[in-house]
Amino acid sequence: MTAAPAAAHRAARSGAAAPRRDALVALAFLAPFLVLYAGFLVYPLFKGFWISLHDWELVGTRREWIGLLNYRDLWTDRLFWMAVRNTLAFVAMTVPAMTVLALALALALQGPGRWRGVLRSVFFLSSVFSVTVVTLVWQMVLSPDNGLLVPLFRAVGAEPVNFLGSRTWAMPAIALTTLWWGVGLPMALFLAALGQIPAELYEAAELDHASRRTVLSRITLPAIRPTVLLVLVLQIVGQFQIFGQAQLMTQGGPANSTLTLVQYIYNTGFRDWLVGYASAVAMALFVLMLGFSMLQLWLGRRGDA
Amino acid sequence: MSDVTLRGVVKAYGPVGVIRDVSLDVADGEFVVFVGPSGCGKSTLLRMIAGLEALSGGEVLIGGARMNDVAARDRGVAMVFQNYALYPHMTVRDNMAFGLRNLRMPRDEIEARVARAAGILQLGPYLARKPAALSGGQRQRVAIGRAIVRDPKVFLFDEPLSNLDAALRVQMRTEIARLHIALGATMIYVTHDQTEAMTMADRIVVLRDGRIEQVGAPLDLYERPANLFVAGFLGSPRINMLAGRVAAVDGTDARVACAAGGDLAVRVKPGSVRDGDPVTLGLRPETLDLTAGGPLSGRVDLVEQLGSVQLVYCTLGDGTPVVSELRGRAAPKVGETVRLTASDGGMRHVFDAAERAVTLHGAPGPAAGMRAAE
Repeated sequence: MTAAPAAAHRAARSGAAAPRRDALVALAFLAPFLVLYAGFLVYPLFKGFWISLHDWELVGTRREWIGLLNYRDLWTDRLFWMAVRNTLAFVAMTVPAMTVLALALALALQGPGRWRGVLRSVFFLSSVFSVTVVTLVWQMVLSPDNGLLVPLFRAVGAEPVNFLGSRTWAMPAIALTTLWWGVGLPMALFLAALGQIPAELYEAAELDHASRRTVLSRITLPAIRPTVLLVLVLQIVGQFQIFGQAQLMTQGGPANSTLTLVQYIYNTGFRDWLVGYASAVAMALFVLMLGFSMLQLWLGRRGDA
Repeated sequence: MSDVTLRGVVKAYGPVGVIRDVSLDVADGEFVVFVGPSGCGKSTLLRMIAGLEALSGGEVLIGGARMNDVAARDRGVAMVFQNYALYPHMTVRDNMAFGLRNLRMPRDEIEARVARAAGILQLGPYLARKPAALSGGQRQRVAIGRAIVRDPKVFLFDEPLSNLDAALRVQMRTEIARLHIALGATMIYVTHDQTEAMTMADRIVVLRDGRIEQVGAPLDLYERPANLFVAGFLGSPRINMLAGRVAAVDGTDARVACAAGGDLAVRVKPGSVRDGDPVTLGLRPETLDLTAGGPLSGRVDLVEQLGSVQLVYCTLGDGTPVVSELRGRAAPKVGETVRLTASDGGMRHVFDAAERAVTLHGAPGPAAGMRAAE
């Protein structure tokens, strides 16, 4: 008579203990990631914010608390706003163009066929080069003295344009370099997404008299919409951090016309040793990127409903 | 006119022949089912009629017009796919209206057609839903609705019920059969399920390895299979096949000695077999009876109770598995030894060494049954 309630009691107790045990096991598995995440992402973020509230020298011991003074300076810093404008211009030049180009390439190169396979590899190949190689190649292409484009200008009797030395053309030239360099990965993402669309949908559309444009707009694009969103967010996050290309091709010139935010952070922090101020700029960049990514995701979600 | 004609149709991928010289006439308004095992080429043949697959040889005609070089969209066919192929981002209404809009049909005409199809298929309450919010059966109905609204010359179905559960499959089977009666359209239906073929078809086309094995009305194929393959493919449970030799032949009367013991009087086409020829006897489960004095002896392996009938699975002396379908009788117990006999009047199919049917049809089976070979 007493055995049954006792067993039920035991069962209830172990039932309550089970979730706690599961949670502990889960935590044990998550711990390595959490440690790295906290150590290399959460802590630096807050440390960065903390530094931005100080007058903080790169080397030395000067660590003076100045509150929001760095941010107030930022508000009136002409060079900072120029870097913001340049960076936004660069993002506007690259993100939509990169997405459209990658999608167009993926649409053209998807499916079977030896040439398509070869071209897929070729277009992806540029992504594996380091930024140094890419900028070197494009500096040679764009050089007004002996660049690849010089014969073209000569052929039409024009004077070769010094792209990287022009305030108008320097940023577009960097954007073009970035497109060439970075189109491989989004193309691969689009190719993977396109491969997931069942062939039967296209056959049904063929029987439904759908034109190629209708197929693209009503079947293909809706089907890869999540990938389009992913590519856009990845591009926004990536292109806002433009540094290597501008640093190596123009050093921010001419006349700061290609100075980007990350370059400005680099110059302020590591050239001028003003780590506190550089951190404030970095916070501004962070807020900017977060805002645009959220906006993008929100727009994407809204369209889903 | 919406008859479909295939003339010497061939499909090959390099040296691999998938469809080998298929010729067939499908009459206007007919319901024809292509049936066969996996890889027999039935779906490929259907896709060639649809225009989704190019021909390597031969001709496809729809309504008398040669279709070889006509694009799929211009053939006047509608297809229902195995996986429905509904457009996932469109509502049920848009799925059905998509093709009509592409044809720039007037809006009220589209509305009318969609409403009519929704009425026939009871899809009215679901028109504003997207496919993800529908059950399998409802999705299948939308796929059929998409075909109906286009008012095609020919409906093509590619294993449309294979993703549904058993109960729904039976229900949709009758719905499609009803639809055929209501619309009177030509329908070609591909399945690997012989029950679907038997229950729905005006005519069945049995395919194997890219060739037509036999064409005919369901009962015709069931009662007069042209060869062992067709006999084995149609009918559930499967026909019992007993190896044997011709013991005596006199005109159309012959006796076959079964390898499992016992011999059996059969009727064969004159001159088709000779004494001593190896043959295969085909006995449908419903013609194999359990009788105390039966010539065949077997051990009961399994008894399946299906309610109105029971299936008794036995193994004969030479290891041949057989199944007998009993109606409303007490079944034997598993492990018991039973005697079996071919029922009087039941068709006894005979196939020669090349697996061709040599059975003489048109006359009832001989009154004389089997006698024990002791």
